[in-house]
Amino acid sequence: MGEIHLTGHPASPGLAIGPVAVLTRAVASRATKGDPAQEAAALKTAIERAAVELAELIATVHGEAAEILEFQVAMLGDDALAEGAYEAIAGGTVADQAWRAALDAEIAGYRAADEEYFRARAADLVDIRDRVLAGLNGADAIAKISGDSVVTGDDISPSTFLAVDWTRGGAIALASGSPSSHVAMLARSRGAPMVVGLGPLPWNGQPPSLALVDGDSGTVIFDPKPETRRLFERRMAAANAAKIAADAGRLKPALTADGRRIAVLLNVAAPDDLAGLDPAICDGIGLVRTEFLFEGSRGLPGEDTQYAVYRRILEWAAGRPVTIRTLDAGGDKPIPGVTVDGERNPFLGLRGIRLSLARPEVFRVQLRALCRAAVHGTLKVMLPMVAIPSELDRANAMLDSEFAALGAEGIACARPPLGIMVEVPSAALCAEDFGAAFYSIGSNDLTQYTMAAARDIGAVADLNDAGHPAVLALIARTVEAGRKRGVEVSLCGDAAADTRLTKALLATGLTTLSVSPIAVARLKAAIAGVSA
Amino acid sequence: MHDANANRAAQTFAPLTASAVLVNPVGLHARPSVKLTQCAKGFAAKIEIALAADGPWTDAKSPVKVMRVKAPQGATLYFRVAGPDGDAALAAMLALVHDGFGEA
Repeated sequence: MGEIHLTGHPASPGLAIGPVAVLTRAVASRATKGDPAQEAAALKTAIERAAVELAELIATVHGEAAEILEFQVAMLGDDALAEGAYEAIAGGTVADQAWRAALDAEIAGYRAADEEYFRARAADLVDIRDRVLAGLNGADAIAKISGDSVVTGDDISPSTFLAVDWTRGGAIALASGSPSSHVAMLARSRGAPMVVGLGPLPWNGQPPSLALVDGDSGTVIFDPKPETRRLFERRMAAANAAKIAADAGRLKPALTADGRRIAVLLNVAAPDDLAGLDPAICDGIGLVRTEFLFEGSRGLPGEDTQYAVYRRILEWAAGRPVTIRTLDAGGDKPIPGVTVDGERNPFLGLRGIRLSLARPEVFRVQLRALCRAAVHGTLKVMLPMVAIPSELDRANAMLDSEFAALGAEGIACARPPLGIMVEVPSAALCAEDFGAAFYSIGSNDLTQYTMAAARDIGAVADLNDAGHPAVLALIARTVEAGRKRGVEVSLCGDAAADTRLTKALLATGLTTLSVSPIAVARLKAAIAGVSA
Repeated sequence: MHDANANRAAQTFAPLTASAVLVNPVGLHARPSVKLTQCAKGFAAKIEIALAADGPWTDAKSPVKVMRVKAPQGATLYFRVAGPDGDAALAAMLALVHDGFGEA
C-alpha cells in the first residue's frame, strides 16, 4: 500500500511521527440481568462508581483538565441525566440498554446544536456514557495507549486522552472530532499535535503502521515513503531547534538585537498562576490583579486574607519587584456589594480608583493589607483608572494614614510606593502632572478610550487597535514624562504580548513589558529580533 | 428531584426577575454551567433561567438541564428567583454572568 495523504483541520499545532494506535471500543455485554429494582440499583452503583473514578482522575491532573472532568462529575451527579434511563428500567428495560438510550438521546441533542462549541460537548457525553457502561458491563474503561503513538479513530474522549502520557511525543488524528472539543483544548495545553475532520479512515482490517501528523497545516500522512518521512523528520528537527532556542531564552534576560536590555514582567490574575513557575523567567511581577479576592459569594475579603495572599506572591518573587493593583472593579467587572448596579455606561462610570475612593471602608482594608505585606519583598502599589492628579493625592493621603495607624499599633509594615495605571487618555496626555512613583500603561483600556471602540463588539473591533499611531503617541508621551521625572514606565496590557507590536512599542522608548507567563518565551524571542 | 422547601419558599416569596447578557466567549458552556449550578445550589431559593422573559424556565441547579439550554454568547439570560435568600441569590447569579464567569 502506498502512502496515504489525508487533510483535515488543525486542532493543536506541532509535528509528530509515531506508530498508529487505533482506538477500539470494548463492547462487553452485561453478564447478569435482574428485575427492575436490581437493574435500577446496578445503574445507580455504576454511576456512583464512575463519579468516584473521575474524582480519582481529577486528583492526578490540574487546571483545565481538572475542570473538564469536574464538568463530567457535575453531569453525573445530576439526577436529571439518568431520569429517562430509570423510567425505562421501571418499564422493563435492562440497565445498560436504558442508560445507553437515555445518553444517546442527550448526545443527539448536542450533535444537533447550532453552535460548534455545544456540538463538541457530545464527546464529553460519550465519555460519560461509556464510563458508566463499562462499570455496568464489568469492562475496563480505558485500554492502555502508549504515549509515543499517533492515536487514530473517529473521536477520542477526555478520559482516554488523560490516560496517555503525552510528554512522549504522541499525536492525535481523528476522522471526525472538533477543534473546539475539550480534548483539543487539552492537546494544545499539553503540546500534543492534533488533526481532526480527516473523514473516513481509508483502510479495512489492517491499519497502517506509521503516521506523520502535521498539526500546523492539518494534514496526516499514513505509511509514508522513506523520502517523505526523511523530509518530515528534517522539518521536525528544525521546529524543535527553534522551540528549544525560545524555551532556553525564557530563563535569560531579554535583550534586543542591538543589546538593549528590556525588563519582562509577569501579569498575574491569582496566586495559582505562579504555581510551578521558576521566578528566573521574569524580572518581577508587573501586574497582580486583586479582583479574584473579591469574587464569589464569600463576601469582601478581610485584611488578614488579603495580607496572606499578597505575602505569598511577594515571597514567590524572592526580592524581585511586585506591582499589585488595587481593586479594579466596575466597568465589565461588577462585584456584589461594592460596585453600583444599573449604570447606563459602566465603562465611563464609577470604576477603579473612583470606586475605591467612593468606598473608603473597603479601600482602607486593602491599603492596610498591602502595607503589612510590603515588609516581605519589593512591593509597589498601582491605582487603576486614574484620570486626574487629585485621585492619586487622595489615595496617597489614605495610604499614609493607614501606614501611620499600623505603626502606632506596633504592627510590622512598610509604605509601598504608589504609582498609577495610565489607561485614561487624560492621564497619558498630562502624565507629568501626576506625582506618581511609576507609570504602568494599561493598553487595553487606553486603546478603547482613545479609539472609542470596544474589542468585544465585533462591528467595531477593527478600530480597537493598540498599534494605532494615536495610541502609540500616548504611550510615547507617557514614556517621555517618566524619563523627565525619573520614574519607571512599563506596559502591562495585551499589546505587550502581541509580538507584531513589539518593535513599535520598543520604538516609543519603553523598556519594561509585562505579560502573562505563557507569553514570556515568545516575547523574549521577539525582543531579540528587534534592532533600533 | 423536587425540594419541598424550595416549593414552599416559592409560594411564600414573590419571584424576583432580572436579565443579563452572556459576555464570556462561547456562552453558557461547560465550565460556566458548572459554576452557575454550583453557585445556585448555595442558595435555598428556587432559581430558574430562560432565554426569553416568558420562559420556558429551566432549573438553574441542574447542570444537565442548564447545558440543554445551549445559551450562546451574546444571548440574554433571564433569571427568576423565589425564596428567603432570593435577593442574594439573584445578585450572585448576575455577578457571575457580568463577570463572564471569570473568563472574560
